[in-house]
Amino acid sequence: MISGKGGTGKTSITASFAMLARDAVVADCDVDAPDLHLILEPEIIRREDFSGGKLARIDADRCLACGTCSRVCRSYAITRDGPGNEHTKSTFRVDPIACEGCGVCTWFCPENAIDFSPAVNGEVFISRSRRGPLVHAKLGIGQGNSGKLVSAVRQAARHYAERHGFKRIITDGSPGIGCPVIASITGANAVLIVTEPTMTAIHDMERVAGLVARFRIPAMICINKWDLNVALSERIEDNARRLGMSLAGKVEYDDVITDAQIACKAVVEFKENGCAAQVRSLWHTLENSLLGNGQA
Amino acid sequence: MKIAIASGKGGTGKTCVATSLAFVAAASRRVTYLDCDVEEPNGAILLKPSFEEARSATVSVPRVEPALCTGCGKCTEVCQYGAILSLNRRVLVFPHLCHGCGGCWLVCPNRAIRESAREIGQISFGWAGEIRFVQGLLNLGEAMSPPLICQVKAAAPSAGLVIIDSPPGTTCPVIESVRDVDYVILVTEPTPFGLHDLKMAVDLLRVLGRRFGVVINRARETEGLTSRYCEEEGIDILARIPDDRRVAEAYSRGELICGVAPAYEGLFAALLARVESQGPSERSLAGVMER
Ligand code: SF4
Ligand code: SF4
Ligand code: SF4
Ligand code: SF4
Repeated sequence: MISGKGGTGKTSITASFAMLARDAVVADCDVDAPDLHLILEPEIIRREDFSGGKLARIDADRCLACGTCSRVCRSYAITRDGPGNEHTKSTFRVDPIACEGCGVCTWFCPENAIDFSPAVNGEVFISRSRRGPLVHAKLGIGQGNSGKLVSAVRQAARHYAERHGFKRIITDGSPGIGCPVIASITGANAVLIVTEPTMTAIHDMERVAGLVARFRIPAMICINKWDLNVALSERIEDNARRLGMSLAGKVEYDDVITDAQIACKAVVEFKENGCAAQVRSLWHTLENSLLGNGQA
Repeated sequence: MKIAIASGKGGTGKTCVATSLAFVAAASRRVTYLDCDVEEPNGAILLKPSFEEARSATVSVPRVEPALCTGCGKCTEVCQYGAILSLNRRVLVFPHLCHGCGGCWLVCPNRAIRESAREIGQISFGWAGEIRFVQGLLNLGEAMSPPLICQVKAAAPSAGLVIIDSPPGTTCPVIESVRDVDYVILVTEPTPFGLHDLKMAVDLLRVLGRRFGVVINRARETEGLTSRYCEEEGIDILARIPDDRRVAEAYSRGELICGVAPAYEGLFAALLARVESQGPSERSLAGVMER
């Protein structure tokens, strides 16, 4: 489940799918805005530290302030604001947020004063939710490597599914087209793009559809809030057809979607008809078209 | 003064706020709009600039001169990203994995590696009326947006008001976009999702030492939780934009919110005045000196 643009209702719809699906592990790969747990109420059964790379740290006792590290660092991560020692008034220091973990400073430090070891960037959780297993994660504050964290979440979901005989994995992907999205869709059997009839979403949908096409993954689209602008919805359908994607369904603009979110429920739990029925039929369309494919 | 408009979660109306602020400010002063949401730049849809120039944005990658390579393997050893592989005197480079850290060409004992450039996106320059408009657009399939964001920000003039439309989220691209800004406006919506993601963004800005305030978009009666959180944390609520279907419709057509009703123009003028009264931050001045 991806959207290009954020805020199109992707997570609300994913939460409903989690309620409707049988045999599915749900993976929250929207690591920037991991919100599924607010609805699925997970109870964590296993947690694992996630390390996406290494981090440099200067030992202030050994640094002679030659400045080599700062000259070779391309991330502007090293400045002379560390404490002094017996050789120098002030030493160099690595800003852990700016450090990319390339290790070049460590390589060139003549004093071997720079430690370079794995950083803990976040945590991956495997949980029992009120609707089956949920794999989710938390990235540490200011940590990069979100693409790698997405891969770690998906891998944990895959292992869990294999070990416990689940047939499907529903992944709530990240917005955008960058590394977390690429990591969210690589190896998926199908992608559902949740969009809405706004000029900006159309633009973003085309970009993300182009990305999906590059990875040769079959894609379908869903137009959320379609009646907000009927003419644009028609344009989205035309564009989708031109891009070789089928329309999985349309969901109408309804405040109840926000109401359900405020109550921390999925729409399909909150209402029977209208938009909730449309979300249900969306899921059935998706399920039928994927039958035999194993994964969603 | 440099103001970044950000949001933990996408789709909260960040671009709506950024474009409307630029629009009201342009009536009285020089404004530059930097669209740093390079994965999905949308400012142009609302402000409709005419572009007059585009440049390609590049990052550094190694280029190996096979005749000079002895196959020592040092480059492979230094590279943390598996982007350069030395195999029996043949060196393979995987540009998409490369972070441009420069390690390989610095370590190569035979000067067999030179720094060359690889395009990751485009930076376009233009005008939207009186507003100087700069946009970054990341190429499809490209994973690394921070270097492009950094280059878009380099286009900011040293004087006048700079409005930065940040990418959504709380990871590297956002960190890059709020680096060196004077103030960050966090746009949120009063739902549990919005609040959860707002908290993540607040945690990040506190670690980064940025000054910030919150704008609540699509404000309804149920915003209690968000207001209470801001109160408890001592965070300024700078403005509330009501939940108004006319706003959603104007946005869907790609129009500025300011055009919906005169009251909205007043709302954004007041928001801008409130943020500008904070003045440039000392930290950002220090940041400029360091560079
Ligand atoms: S290269 Fe080593 S000794 Fe020189 S300033 Fe950096 S940490 Fe200190
Ligand atoms: S590891 Fe790389 S990015 Fe980090 S401080 Fe050293 S040179 Fe800079
Ligand atoms: S520049 Fe850095 S990341 Fe790129 S290949 Fe060389 S060592 Fe690896
Ligand atoms: S470091 Fe230089 S000489 Fe050694 S394998 Fe790499 S390119 Fe060849």
